[in-house]
Amino acid sequence: MKRHLISAADLSRGDALLILDTAEELASLADRPIKKLPTLRGRTVVNLFFEDSTRTRISFEAAAKRLSADVINFSAKGSSVAKGESLKDTALTLEAMGADAVVIRHSASGAAHRLAGWVRGSVVNAGDGTHEHPTQALLDAFTIRRRLKGATARGTALDGIRVTIVGDVLHSRVARSNVLLLSTLGAEVTLAAPPTLLPLAVDTWPCAVSYDLDSELPKSDVVMMLRVQQERMTAAYFPSVREYSRRYGMDTARMAKMPDHAIVMHPGPMNRGVEIAAEVADSVRSTIVEQVANGVTTRMAVLYLLLGGTEFPEVAP
Amino acid sequence: MSDSWLIKGAQVAGLGAADLLLAGGTITAVGAGVSEAGAQVLDASGLIALPGLVDLHTHLREPGREDAETVETGTRAAALGGFTAVHAMANTEPVADTAGVVEQVWRLGRAAGYCDVQPVGAVTAGLAGTRLAELGTMADSAAHVRVFSDDGRCVADPLLMRRALEYVKAFDGVIAQHAQDPRLTEGAQLNEGEISGRLGLAGWPAVAEEAMIARDCLLAAHVGSALHVCHVSTAGSAEIVRWAKSKGWPVTAEVTPHHLLLTDELAVGYDPVFKVNPPLRTAADVAELRRALADGTIDCVATDHAPHPVEAKETEWSEAAFGMTGLETALRVVQQAMVDTGLLDWAGVADRMSVRPARIGRLTGQGAPLAVGGPANLTLYDPAAPAEPVSAAGASKSRNTPFAGMALPGRVVATFLRGTPTVLDGKLA
Repeated sequence: MKRHLISAADLSRGDALLILDTAEELASLADRPIKKLPTLRGRTVVNLFFEDSTRTRISFEAAAKRLSADVINFSAKGSSVAKGESLKDTALTLEAMGADAVVIRHSASGAAHRLAGWVRGSVVNAGDGTHEHPTQALLDAFTIRRRLKGATARGTALDGIRVTIVGDVLHSRVARSNVLLLSTLGAEVTLAAPPTLLPLAVDTWPCAVSYDLDSELPKSDVVMMLRVQQERMTAAYFPSVREYSRRYGMDTARMAKMPDHAIVMHPGPMNRGVEIAAEVADSVRSTIVEQVANGVTTRMAVLYLLLGGTEFPEVAP
Repeated sequence: MSDSWLIKGAQVAGLGAADLLLAGGTITAVGAGVSEAGAQVLDASGLIALPGLVDLHTHLREPGREDAETVETGTRAAALGGFTAVHAMANTEPVADTAGVVEQVWRLGRAAGYCDVQPVGAVTAGLAGTRLAELGTMADSAAHVRVFSDDGRCVADPLLMRRALEYVKAFDGVIAQHAQDPRLTEGAQLNEGEISGRLGLAGWPAVAEEAMIARDCLLAAHVGSALHVCHVSTAGSAEIVRWAKSKGWPVTAEVTPHHLLLTDELAVGYDPVFKVNPPLRTAADVAELRRALADGTIDCVATDHAPHPVEAKETEWSEAAFGMTGLETALRVVQQAMVDTGLLDWAGVADRMSVRPARIGRLTGQGAPLAVGGPANLTLYDPAAPAEPVSAAGASKSRNTPFAGMALPGRVVATFLRGTPTVLDGKLA
């Protein structure tokens, strides 16, 4: 594995499988009364969040703490960053404090990439602008594998699994990372979106493209809904929220067109009633709560593998 | 000691190896076996003699951003790049939109003495795009402004653009347009295409430039006024300029050295040294721009030298300033992109980097062929100098060159401004 995890493209198929299988090992810990492992004792993980994202931050925080790492949460609000300190100076400060890993969330595409040039520790991209969010893709892949393959999941990839990703692909770091990772793992990915919300050169991506969600549903094993950001709703990407919802929202009628085994995913936070109906979000086909739980184990696996933890977790009780 | 110079054995377009005698600011003899007559002698065998280069598009940053560049440092860089005249763009602080500011810049250039500094005046007051600056007053000032541009911003309002084009006819002016539709480029970061999509950087569509150029060509034709298109960056833009010229319309265009050599693929590391306006485009665009420069559709090479301090580039891509330096590397890049590829000979380089830009800029005493009686502005260039990696540290106050570490051929050996060397043996004289 590379030293940093900045893009899902950094992961070979072997790397990705190693992370997923390690996450499976770690998941079994969640059932034990004492969830903590000593593997990263004495190591420091900094959560560097320039953008509000409580759910992602606490997921990384829980992951690092369960591996016994020291965790420093650095939020840009109210810090020197708010007073105009540059990303580089923040990086040098963290460097001086001896961070072994820096988990960065930033509103600018490429921020994780830049940071990696300024610090010695490992950089984990927890979402950079409209670029990538690779640990989200890993937890999604983990969730897909577990749900669709159950006990036989371990050691297997996603060959032949058909995944449809729906919505604002143009601005979605989740979509970018998922297209790269899921295709690396052998899944057949289709993007379903209005043309305004697809990148111009999407034909160069390793996936298919459709403007018609309904025709994709019967052939999908997985339908992943993307969040519609508030700021898109007024910028002429589509005429109205109602029309978007009618054409690309997941409601019960659409869910009924999916095969019986197929699942509905959403990276959260959801706009209930816009891209996903409440009945769908709360249905048994929804994996939304599982995705959150799987986020912790997947991020534990990433930190463990990047920081080369000393003791592999004992699975026996 | 005499202040005249005898340049021996330089390659002069149309003459082959020839001697040039410079005295009293003019070329007093050209040919074989010119007598020294007490002049200082420079052995120029193997060197190309070009009329002193003229840059139509330079940001000298003074007044206002002397941390990035000054007239002094910028013109030193220009001389080292073989230039004897530069056009100083108007987006300074304060903006060069009054006679006072353009005269200040012009005087700073005269005081520095490394090359002629011809100020460009703003088209609109404060570059705000709402009302015309006092164009006639700037034209009548000591700075004698003929080129007007809001460069850095586009004169997007079609009515204002029409009026500007019409108005400057009264004093043989030209409007140099930075063609960029503002609505189509809101928040734009990088050429819209495969790379911008992959990197998650807001796309900068080619059509935002091309549509504006097409509109401006039509306006120029309608009112019969001179339009100059700054930094053409796409294949489509070149095609539109070619079409406008085929109609006989008074349109000229420039291309930057970086758009002749670099592509948007360089952005994959998110290093903002490659962030520029207009953005780096694709290899197909580069090929078409080279072809258009070779066939004369694009009239000239202009550097768009845009110095920025370190902190403006050592940041996230979207936070970083647009622009790259280019004066010191322009001729070497043109050799690599145009001469070594067989697209342009040295006479062509003289035309595209000196004769035509001087003509577009309405400069007298610049861009004249190397002939008896002409001004003694010339550049001696060694095209056979081994390709050396470009150093980021040059005479410019800023270091944001995209060519740092890249091996480029050639070397500017000497530059003469009205018979006086500003550069000798590759160093400031």
